[in-house]
This record gives sequence, structure tokens and C-alpha cells, in this order.
Amino acid sequence: MSEPIPLAQMITVTIDGAQVSVPKGTLAIRAAEAAGVAIPRFCDHPLLDPVGACRQCLVEITDAGNGRGFPKPQPSCTTEAVDGMVIKTQVTSQIAKDAQEEILELVLVNHPLDCPICDKGGECPLQNQSLANGRTDTRFDGVKLGYPKPISLSELILLDRERCVLCARCTRFSEQISGDPFIHLVERGAKSQVAIYPDQPYDSYFSGNVTQICPVGALTSADYRFSARPFDLRSTVTTCENCAGGCQIRVDSRHGEIRRRLAGENPQVNEEWSCDKGRFGFASGHQEDRLTRPLVRKNGELVPVSWPEAIDAAVTGLKRARLDVGVITGGRLTVETNYTYSRFARVVLHTNSIDFRARAQSDEEAQFLARYIASRPSEDRVTYTDLENAKKVVLVAFEPEDESPMIFLRLRKANRKKGLKVVSIAPYASRGATKIGAEIIPTRPTDVPQAIRNLEIDADTIVLAGVQLAQIPGSFTALSEKIEQSGARLAWVPRRAGEVGALEAGCLPGLLPWGHLVSDDDSRDRMSDFWGDRLPSTPGLSAVELFQAASEGKIKALVTAGFEAADFPDPDAVLAGVEKAFVVSLENRLSDVAAQANVVLPVDLLETTEGTFLNWEQRVCPVDEAVPNMRAAMTEIRVLAALAEGLGKTLGFRTAATARIEIESLPIWEGPRPAMTPVEAPETSKAIQLATWRELIDDSRCLDGANSVQATAREVVARIAPQTLRDEGMATSTYVRLTGAKGSVVYPIVVEPTMVDGVIWVPFKARSWELNRTGLAMGAEVILAAAPAPTKEGE
Amino acid sequence: MTDTLTPVLTRNWGQPRSWTLDAYQAQGGYDGLKKALAMTPVEVMNEVKDANLRGRGGAGFPTGMKWSFVPQDNPNPKYLVVNGDESEPGTCKDIPLLMASPHTLVEGVIISSYAINAHTAFIYIRGEVVHPIRRVRQAVKEAYDAGLLGKNIQGSGYDLDIIVHSGAGAYICGEETALLNSLEGLRGQPRLRPPFPAVAGLYASPTVVNNVESIATVPSILAYGKDWFTSMGTEKSKGFTIYSLSGHVANPGQYEAPLGTTMRQLIEWAGGIREGHELKFFTPGGSSTPILTADALDTVMDFEGLAAAGTMLGTKAMQIFDETTSIVRTTRRWVEFYKHESCGKCTPCREGTWWLSQLLARLEAGTAQEGDVDKLLSVCDDITGKSFCTLAEGAVACVTSAVRHFREEFEVGYHTPAWEHLPYARSALFPVAEADKEVKA
Repeated sequence: MSEPIPLAQMITVTIDGAQVSVPKGTLAIRAAEAAGVAIPRFCDHPLLDPVGACRQCLVEITDAGNGRGFPKPQPSCTTEAVDGMVIKTQVTSQIAKDAQEEILELVLVNHPLDCPICDKGGECPLQNQSLANGRTDTRFDGVKLGYPKPISLSELILLDRERCVLCARCTRFSEQISGDPFIHLVERGAKSQVAIYPDQPYDSYFSGNVTQICPVGALTSADYRFSARPFDLRSTVTTCENCAGGCQIRVDSRHGEIRRRLAGENPQVNEEWSCDKGRFGFASGHQEDRLTRPLVRKNGELVPVSWPEAIDAAVTGLKRARLDVGVITGGRLTVETNYTYSRFARVVLHTNSIDFRARAQSDEEAQFLARYIASRPSEDRVTYTDLENAKKVVLVAFEPEDESPMIFLRLRKANRKKGLKVVSIAPYASRGATKIGAEIIPTRPTDVPQAIRNLEIDADTIVLAGVQLAQIPGSFTALSEKIEQSGARLAWVPRRAGEVGALEAGCLPGLLPWGHLVSDDDSRDRMSDFWGDRLPSTPGLSAVELFQAASEGKIKALVTAGFEAADFPDPDAVLAGVEKAFVVSLENRLSDVAAQANVVLPVDLLETTEGTFLNWEQRVCPVDEAVPNMRAAMTEIRVLAALAEGLGKTLGFRTAATARIEIESLPIWEGPRPAMTPVEAPETSKAIQLATWRELIDDSRCLDGANSVQATAREVVARIAPQTLRDEGMATSTYVRLTGAKGSVVYPIVVEPTMVDGVIWVPFKARSWELNRTGLAMGAEVILAAAPAPTKEGE
Repeated sequence: MTDTLTPVLTRNWGQPRSWTLDAYQAQGGYDGLKKALAMTPVEVMNEVKDANLRGRGGAGFPTGMKWSFVPQDNPNPKYLVVNGDESEPGTCKDIPLLMASPHTLVEGVIISSYAINAHTAFIYIRGEVVHPIRRVRQAVKEAYDAGLLGKNIQGSGYDLDIIVHSGAGAYICGEETALLNSLEGLRGQPRLRPPFPAVAGLYASPTVVNNVESIATVPSILAYGKDWFTSMGTEKSKGFTIYSLSGHVANPGQYEAPLGTTMRQLIEWAGGIREGHELKFFTPGGSSTPILTADALDTVMDFEGLAAAGTMLGTKAMQIFDETTSIVRTTRRWVEFYKHESCGKCTPCREGTWWLSQLLARLEAGTAQEGDVDKLLSVCDDITGKSFCTLAEGAVACVTSAVRHFREEFEVGYHTPAWEHLPYARSALFPVAEADKEVKA
């Protein structure tokens, strides 16, 4: 929460005869809002710099605070309110009312009034304000400008130029907020128009926002265009599931189908923005591989069966495995569902072998999370607001634009408005890092621990660490030392929406709900008492260990939730375990894991369920049911409850709401946290290393069906320093072959002058197994060779 | 003393190769600089302040006072920017000066930069006028070669660089903040004020933007003194200026005279209205200043006199039209100009000029409807006082003043094309074949 504003910094202005107190520096238009008066506007947007272009918000200022008024109407969006100012809006001033009506008539001179076929019709600020603040008729009977329609600014964003009122919100958003000035106004006078550079599309992870802030129907998305009328939509406010940012979104559906998602308004989290992945990535559950009926493997084939038969089959298999079982939940579940898995594993299956980390992982990471992150007191947590007000933020192997877009926007805002200093331990100055003004500490992956030790930070610094660190041995150890020694504040930012909730729900081998520890008898006993069951004290296995043990026959059954083998650095090892063990997969799509399972239990899509996420701030973000479930699937909580009953136990709840009541009554472990076992960073060799992370828009399964967004993905390239290229004798090459322990892969080369020597960066593309089938991962040694251009498929 | 020509800036325009350093110095050029460098910057500023030199770009703001607004304790560099984006219809004083005597400006730039402690000055010239730009560039080069620019000018310890920048052809870039945007490589559109350029102008640093003629006048003030300068002109409008006369006069051109002369006197110098015709209307200071008619021939042509007559001195560009001219045609041409030059940033200017030009096209073609003249005035009223910068005010002023003086002629547009009412060929200064028919543009 922001600090209360001292009275000395408050001023009093009179709006339409009513006095209102506002902070010094408030614009007149906002002072009027504080007084309950909505002044019509197009270009004004509270999160964009004022521009004063549309002139719609003209008001009469009879006293500028100095006893004198302005002779002409003034734009309230660029006029700062000062103490004693007397402002008369359209409510009490004929001058203001006339001025606004006149401007509106002018705005409509070149506007086509094609409202009946315009997507904005029904929710259009121009329409609404014309009705509220305009005249009933226009005196313009001349020729309006016309343009061919529409033009593509990108694969995703379309522009109908004749509808544009040239408010410059979109261009200012791109320049000021997202930092992607790929759209700009060109030409002049009435022929001014929004345009892109020749042959260069509007390249931004945040482009969907321009369609939302456009005050007319000029900017639309290829995805939603012509698919619904606003007044036919049913809206639900919920939380985005596509990363751990916790953005509030509005989901609009029609006839039980989601038609679009909009950024919600949560000033403390996403302000009024969303990323394109969050906005457009909602179709993945509606692909051909959607599971609607339970499947059981019979004679090697998965065949549809009834729910009772499937539950029986699962129970039989799990019973047979006795204690040699494990649970892998993935990172996409709500807190309630995670909690159910956690309780299911401990109480029903009587095992501590549960892990949410369907990705590269390390024991060092699990220890770090248990010590520093799980259920830490709220004063230790970091918020978006803290980032905005910080003096210094250090990014440790964390790429906000790709891994947490709202953190990226907040850091950019803080850097631009408040001069925040951002330091990043990274292999190179990425586009995202450049846009937040980050000072790069160029670091090879295996040198990250040393770079952490070398950091100059203090208690005024906030350190952000992400999931890349799990691939760098010794990095969490170094971070732990550095945090304790400097007193710097720390946040852990996973990529997936469910990871923080899973952590708090105890979906880790050593961790029970709310920070309780398997290894601490007192702590474990408290949870045993709460659940009324003696909990296992034997340490559990991590996800990677579970698959390994399964492939060796030591683990006989696995319960898996939504994830892909390809999410792991070694998918073959995952599938080897899946193939050997009895696997019960709770899924909504036929993933590569589900396809190998023995029993597949279809579960609800997030959009038809409710619950909560915990975002990276550990803030509770509610998820609401956006559309009704019309399929045969059940919620995971109900399925787990049924399995528990089959196994002779009861979970005590069957819905998210009742699970939440239990979660809220859980004790929080405030006792000692386990010390970390230090991990030595391995000796770094001179060999070329791979650096990699997942880009925001890639071939991720959660973007399936969002074809327009996927088309805006950045080109897949290998980035390498010019010196390294020369050293490798590839100065003139255009393609490079990366060879790892298991295979090789070819990428086009992009010379990256800021890249640290001895490193090659490529995006981690999980879906295609491109990297992980070569045995290459973050920090791995890689052999480079010039390669011919790959032939296209079909050639 | 306002009834004599006072050639100061124009004195050498007729000399052979007047644009060269040698010719300029032979006339006493750079004497003002020598005097200035012997004074302190503050003394130079005070000299100009005391001379009461007022800006020659149109607004008439006192130049010395503008200089004094530059916060000298600001750690950023100070800049002088010379506005040579002369593009107003009728205005033709800076470009001939740049063509004939670029060193007058260069000398003025050095003195003025010295006065405000600027070490970099920019001369922003309208992009279309390639020849004058070359002359100025050549003059700057000559000045560098002669040690008049660069490091330690004339042994004074003062350093100055001049950068000559050619615009890309936009009238709006004559607006000082749009000019600064353009100079920074941005879109030529006016900026929000505050901050004012004096505090945060070019590259967010203290910046003085002055018109070419204002800066070119500075050397003479230094050379001959403030008393000499204030001996000319009227009480509040001191000194001399270049009046540029165009249109239906016998000898159009630039006439340099003290401020406060009359239109009658200027037309007399220009050899009178062309043979056999009489004055119908004229602009006192370019197309943005409300027009006047023969009634105003004895108006004192200084800042105060024209303000009292409901118009402005502007750029002292008199476009003179005789009785053969169609006011409807003329007004439309002006409005077409503003429509074309509107930067598009704000609604009233962008859409208003679009609308006005369509109304005027109908009035010119004789296809207007009863009431269109009132509508024209009403649209003007909708624009006035609501636009972002003053470009739109200029667009409106020519329309409203034209209707005020010649409403009946506009109403002819309800039934008769202007080219039938006043055949255009008659107002041409040279034989035009079929001129009447090329009006539909």
C-alpha cells in the first residue's frame, strides 16, 4: 500500500462548486474525477504521459488559483490543479459544455460512424461520450476520409485507419509503457495515421493492450475481431493462469465459450495491462486432444470407460504399488488443488514423494525455497509496489520480459519515472533488459554463483531470482550467503502460475503445507494432528528422482497432473519412468505423459473451476468460474476425493470452497527453518557454454489455438559474441550447429555484441524438444560448428 | 521618423557577391562582434534589452528579455536556435536575407550565443530553400576558416559551434517547440508547455529560439549602439524592420523601414497598386493575420498599431490584392495551405481545417447552400481558442476577417462560382491561358 500523503502536500480545488482535496501535482481531469465529475476524454489515460491532443476535456477555469481565470477553455488533462483553482466543467459551465460539444462534432468529422459493424460498438468511449456529451446531430455534410481496411500492424493487431481519432494512446503505450516503439504516427493533418515501419511488424509482447485502450474501434485483434458484440458477452473477473504474475483479467464469454480476455484493473498488480500470452492464451483446452472421458489402458490401448471403472482401475493400481508411489503436480494448479494433492500424497498414499517442479530442478533450490520463501512473514515479502519504489533491483539469472512480463512493465515504469537502477546477472543485454535500463553483469551460466558473491548490494536492494537458477549448481548457495550478509530483500519469481501455491501447499518432498517441515518432528506432528493421521517421516523423492526410480522399478506407481515430459531437461528419462510405472494421469489434454499412462482421468479446465492462485508476491489472487462445465470432466479435487475413498481414506472435502476453508484454518510454521546444505559451484571450464531460457511467446502448449499470437513469436536464433564466433572460426557463418551429449541442432546466427565470450544463447523451446533431445541445458558444454542452412520441410 | 527607408539589414543586398565574407567585412561586417567580445555577456544582453529589440518572427516578444529567462545556474548546456523555417504565405524576409547576406545572421548568432553563454547554436532553415541553405553553410564554413567560429573566437576565449540544419518542409516547424522536436529528430509537432524552452528546450536544456531577422538585427545594435537603434521606430516598437510586399503592386519586394510606417507609405515605395487598379484588401503580416482593407491604409504598422486595428504585425508580410481578386478564392487557397500544414496532433486544427476547406470549396464553386457562410463562421468559432498551438488560429483568422469585410462576396457562392463572379485571369500578374478553368483542384 502506498504511504498516506502528508497534508502539506494536499491542495484544495473547487470543481463545479464543490471543494475537493487532492495531492499536489494532480491534473485537473483527475481532480474532477475525485469530485465525481467525469470529463469526456480520448487521449487522456492515467497511466500514460499527458499529451493534450484530442482537446475533448476542455473546461472553464475561472480562477487559476491566483484570482485570475483563463480567457480560453483549458484542457483539463494537461492542466495541473493548483490550490484555490476554480474549475467549471460541462456540468456547470456553458463555455465548457459548448467547447466539448464542438470538439466532439469535430472528432466525428472524419469518423465513419460504422458502429453497427464495429467491434467497439457497445463499449466504445466515442459512442458513449457522443451520447453523454455531444450534440444529437452533426452539421458536417462533406466528404470523410476513407482508407482501405484493415491493415495489419502485426499478425495479431489490425488497424482500421478511418476509425482512428488520433489520440496517440497506442503509440504512447508502445513508447512509454512497453518500450516497443514499432508503431508511430505518420503523415500529417487529417491524413495522420498510425503506421509501422516498412517491412517491420509491430513487435511487442504487450500489443494486445493497444486494442483495449483504443477509445474507438480502430485497433482490433485478429483473434477477437467480429466474434461477438460486447452486450452479448458475459464477463467474469478472474486471474490469469499463464504465469506467476497474478494479473487480474476479465474473461468475456458467449454461449459458454470464451471469446476474449481483457486486462483487469488491479493497481497493485498489473495496473491496467496484460501481456499477449495472458490476453490471448485461452484456447489451449479446446483443441482436438481435449479429454472428456476417462481412459483406461486395455491390451496396450487407452480406451474410454465409465468413471467408476476408471476410478477402480486407478485404485487397484495404486494399492498394488503400496508405498512405492509418487505424485508430480506440475506448476499450473490452484492453491486448493495443490493442497488436495499434498494431503492426498501424505495422508492417502502415505508418501513424501511429491513435487510440483515439472521442470529443471535441484535439491539446492528446494532447500532454498523451504528456508527463504515458503510461508515467510508478509513483511519479508516483496510486492510490485516495492519494486516500483526500490532504489536498486538485481536480477539474478532472471529475464523479466520473458519470464514475468508484469514485473518487466513495473521495472520499466520505475526506471523511466523514478530512475530505478536495475542490475542484471545475465549472459547478454537482451532487448527486455535494455528497455528497463539494466546494467548487465555479463556472466557465463556457471559463473553466476561467483557473480552473485561479487554483487554490491545492501538492505535497500531487492534481488529477484527465477527458475533458471535451478540449473546452475551453487547459485542458491551463493544467493543465500549474499542475502544473509547484505540484508537485501528477496523475491523468487517462478514462471508458472501454480508454483508459489504449490510451494505453500507443501508439494515438495521436504515441505508440508504453510512451511511445515517433514524433517522437523514438532512441525510434522502439528500437521499430523491437524490432518488426524500420522504423516510419513521418511524423506520423499523429487520429480526427477521419481522418474529415475520408476524406470529402475523402485517406484511402482505415479499420480501425475498437468505437465509434459518435454518440460524437463531430459524428457526421455521422464518417459522411461512413465512407461515402467503404473501411472494415473489427471489431465485435460492428452499430454505426452497422459498418452503413456495406465489410467487417464479427465479434469476440468481452469476456466470452469474456481479457487485461488498465489502469485510471486505470495498474494492471493482469486480464480472464478468463467464458463460452466458442459463436459464429463470433474474437478481434480473431486477425482482425488474419489481416489482417496477407493483407497479407504477420506480427504474431508470435495470442492475448492471447502478445501479453502480448511486451508485458511491451517497453522503456519513459524519455527526454525532448516539451514541449507552448501553446494559447491563446479569448476568452470573454457568450453563454450549454453545459456537458455524460455521466451514468453513460443510454442508453449498454453498458446495452442492462439495462432495469431504464436505468429508474433520472436525468430528462433542463436546469439553469440563476435569474438567467440571468430575464435570458433565461424566469423562468416550464418548457421551454427550445437552439439551436446545426445545430439545436435542447427540455428541461424545472430551476432550479439553484448554477449559474454564463450557462451551461445538459444531459446529453450520445450514443445519441440529441440534442445533437450540434444542433452543440452543451461550451462552445458556445447560444441559449435558452422552449418549449412537447414532445408525446409518438404524440400 | 517613419517615412524613410532605413536599409540596415538590406543595405548590402545589391552589392556584388554580398554573401561572401570578404564583401561583408568590406562593409564593416563583424564590427559588432568585435565590440561584443570586448564586453561581458551580461553587458551584451543588457545592450539588446535596452535597445528594446522585439522579436521579428511575429509575436514581438522582447528579445533581450527572452535571453534573460535562460537560467544560467542550470548545469545543462545552453543552446541558441535560430528559427529560419519561414513558410507563411506572403512572408519573404528571412530567406532573401539568408541568400543575400548570410554573414549578417552568422555574426548575430555569435553575439547572441555569447550573450546567453551558449557554445552550440543551431540554424534551422526550411528545407525547400536549398540555395539559401547552401549560402548559410558556406558562410559558416568561411567563418570557421576565419577564426570567427570554433575554439577561442578572435582570441576571446569564447567557443562556439554553429550547426546548420535543414528542415523537411513543414510549416508547423516554425512553431518553436515543434522546431525543437524536429531538430531532435522527432516528429515536428508542438510540445506541451510548461516546461518552456528557456528552461527545458532542445535536449531538455535551456534554449533560446529566435527568428532569423531578430538575430540578424543584433550586430547592428552592437555596432551602432542602442541609442541609434531606439532613435528609429515608435514608442514601443523600436528600430527598423523588413516589410515584404507582394501581389498587386508595381514593384513588389523587401522594404526596410522603421517600425511604424504606414501601409500607404509602403505602397507608395512599391510604386503603387498596379496600373489602373485599386486596393481591395491586404494582409499586414502574412496570411495568419486578419486582413485589412483600404480603410486601414494609414494604420501605423507597428505591434501596437495593428493590434489596435484588430490584427497583428506578424511577419510584416503584406500581400496586396486589387479589386479583381476573389476573396473567396484567396481565402480558400490560404485554408488549403493550413489544412495541408496542420500537423494533425489536435482535433480542432486537424478536423477543422479539413471541414473549412470543404465549405470554402463549395462557396468557390457556387454550390454552397444558404447558411454555409454562417456555418463557416461557426466552425471557425469551434476551432478558435481550443487548439494545441496557434497554427489553427491563423487558419481561422484569415477566414473570419475575410467574411467580416466581404460577406456578400462569400454569399455569391450560394449561386455563382467565384470564377464567374471575378474571372481569375484578370487578377493574374501575367497572361494566363484558361486560368479560370483550373479551379477545381
